[in-house]
Amino acid sequence: MPPGSGLDFALTEEQELLRAEVRRFAEERLRPGLAERDRSHELPVAVLREMGEMGLLGMLVAEEYGGAGQDPLTYCLAVEEVARVCPSTAVTMSVTNSVCQWPIQRFGSDELRRRVLPELAAGAEFGGFGLTEPGSGSDAGAMQTVARRDGDDWILDGQKAWITNASIGKWFVVLARTDPAAGKRGISAFVVGREMPGFAAGAPEEKMGLRASVTGSLFFNACRVPASHLLDAEGQGLRIAFATLDHSRLGIAAQAVGIHQRALELALAYARERVQFGVPIVEHQAVRFTLARMATELAAARTLTRHAAALSERSPEAGRLASEAKLYASEAANRACFDALQIHGGNGFSEEYEIARLYRDVRVTTIYEGTSEMQRLVIARHLLAG
Amino acid sequence: MRIELSEEQLLLQDTVRRFAAEVVAPRAKEIDESGVFPREFFARAAELGLTGVAVPEQYGGAGMDVVSYCLVIEEISRACASSGVILSVNNSLVCDPILAFGTEEQKREFLTPLAAGEKIGCFALTEPEAGSDAAALRTTARRDGDDYLLDGSKVFITNGLAADVAIVFASVDLSRGHKGITAFLVPMDTPGLTRGGHQYKLGVQASGTTELFFENLRVPARYRLGDEGQGFRIAMATLDGGRIGIAAQAVGIARGAFEEARRYARERQQFGRAIAEFQTIQFYLADMAVEIDAARLLTWKAAWKKQQGGRYSLEAAQAKLFASEAAQRVTNKALQIHGGYGYTREYNVERYFRDARITEIYEGTSEIQKLVIAEQILRA
Repeated sequence: MPPGSGLDFALTEEQELLRAEVRRFAEERLRPGLAERDRSHELPVAVLREMGEMGLLGMLVAEEYGGAGQDPLTYCLAVEEVARVCPSTAVTMSVTNSVCQWPIQRFGSDELRRRVLPELAAGAEFGGFGLTEPGSGSDAGAMQTVARRDGDDWILDGQKAWITNASIGKWFVVLARTDPAAGKRGISAFVVGREMPGFAAGAPEEKMGLRASVTGSLFFNACRVPASHLLDAEGQGLRIAFATLDHSRLGIAAQAVGIHQRALELALAYARERVQFGVPIVEHQAVRFTLARMATELAAARTLTRHAAALSERSPEAGRLASEAKLYASEAANRACFDALQIHGGNGFSEEYEIARLYRDVRVTTIYEGTSEMQRLVIARHLLAG
Repeated sequence: MRIELSEEQLLLQDTVRRFAAEVVAPRAKEIDESGVFPREFFARAAELGLTGVAVPEQYGGAGMDVVSYCLVIEEISRACASSGVILSVNNSLVCDPILAFGTEEQKREFLTPLAAGEKIGCFALTEPEAGSDAAALRTTARRDGDDYLLDGSKVFITNGLAADVAIVFASVDLSRGHKGITAFLVPMDTPGLTRGGHQYKLGVQASGTTELFFENLRVPARYRLGDEGQGFRIAMATLDGGRIGIAAQAVGIARGAFEEARRYARERQQFGRAIAEFQTIQFYLADMAVEIDAARLLTWKAAWKKQQGGRYSLEAAQAKLFASEAAQRVTNKALQIHGGYGYTREYNVERYFRDARITEIYEGTSEIQKLVIAEQILRA
């Protein structure tokens, strides 16, 4: 990597403006009805359409395909601000932007990009990513879904599980075995549409958190996919999946940072108001020190995430840094929500307080798009290489 | 936002890394055991401009930026934490306040030889009964014509055994609390000043830490740094900067321990294979690397903020708290990876483990950092 012009920790004026705009939008449009949507498992589709109009659902896609052509750091800032208010909306946004549109733009043919990306980038349709199966989570290479060639088409059979946007998505990047004898090198990536014959989406799962996001299974029953919907070449599927995850982990790290930020705000506000032993509990040293730790870990998580995003696609270290950011930010956000709930005492256990929902929402950040354990393996592989 | 070192910074990092490998590392074990202050190291560091990294050239410094200073302290501490803190004190706690608060005459007389490394400085704030509660210090300064007469004592003074100049904090009026505290530039050969002996410690053995005693110590008024009563503010502002140096030191110690552990894990065979192939060891290494990277970024961020001007107390306290705690965990895991060998003096890792401990204590304990951080976030 060529030397830079020195360190600059500041955001650009455009980035600051966008961040402020997204924060205002999230407060005005996503804050109202948050608790109700969590209870009723309702995705705020109308607000997502508005986000599409703002360019927030096709941030990483080039303008010629209808996207906003933003850099990964700017994308992370937007995810962080959305997650600070509604983590469910943030993951919906992250999935369509990052694990769906990014690999299509990166590995799809020009024709495929023109067919699929404009409606996704505009937010008129949502995208998803089908890698995980009931029997293969961290061990993605053990997937069972198969695709066999039939003339100009591929025929897919199998099932995917835990797919964000399953029942609302129109386009999915789906991984399947095209050469069962070739093991991990026999996996290919396809763009599958919900209107293709043999495709079905399952009902939304009941989840502990992120209840206002949609998660479900995808079923392929002799699902016919045109050969032009293959990404890159046959056998490149896992490489595409891992490159995609290297990138998308930035969005999950940013989501965790947004949740962490909110947990700190809630804890600070509660500690200032709540009086025990004749003083606001923020006057008690144990509470102050907990707040100081939350703020310090937030600074670390945010800086790791932004640094990884700024170097994304530009440095051989980018993959390791994205894993470091995702690992640290998700674990720190979990600690922050735990501590923020503890500061709330019994009230924190009540769903009347926002921290209870955040505590449920944050839990998945150390699991999806690569568990903490998988991040550690990825990081260790980089550290021990060469 | 872009965190990439400039060409000059990369060059400096490379130069200091080589200097550390050739000059500092070979003597690290020896001075840890003897506790002898490494004067020769200080002199050679001076030749490279490392004794006054961020001091302008007109005052004998290298005229570089605060991030460059962090690079220097990290590289030196990676080889030898004693050497790291010796430089950190001279740069941050001695040169910095003279540059910020000194008169032109004081800069010429004191700063120039200190930054050039012709003289060694120390910072005398802590007393037996005034550690975290620095405002409770009991050393007094009594005006006597054109001079002040200082009486009292200081403890835990890094570089104290070797220093030529001390910045001494004393009260001109104990009844005024922290508003009576005043800073003085004191040549160490002034009659009435005596040093204690070598203080045996858990780690950073060669940092020349000792006590200082003042008895009717006569200091001319022109050596007063800042105004009467300004001393506490000078001390706190100075420690903000010092914390960046200690954070960089902690990063260096942690990195040294991590690199040794990674090498050992690749070589050490158990159960028929290198222990680096066991998942637990891999996970230890991954967690260590994440903490080191995060600590370094926070340290650089504080340094960048300081360079920009304006307040950076929050960033410096966060960097120091995070980096010092990370250094405890990283050196502990590094020792664990080494097993029984790690507990012996044959390997460097036990030294890193001992040296890391002080970073959570000096220049403000972790508890003081948390107080500072809480105050800052509650103000917002």
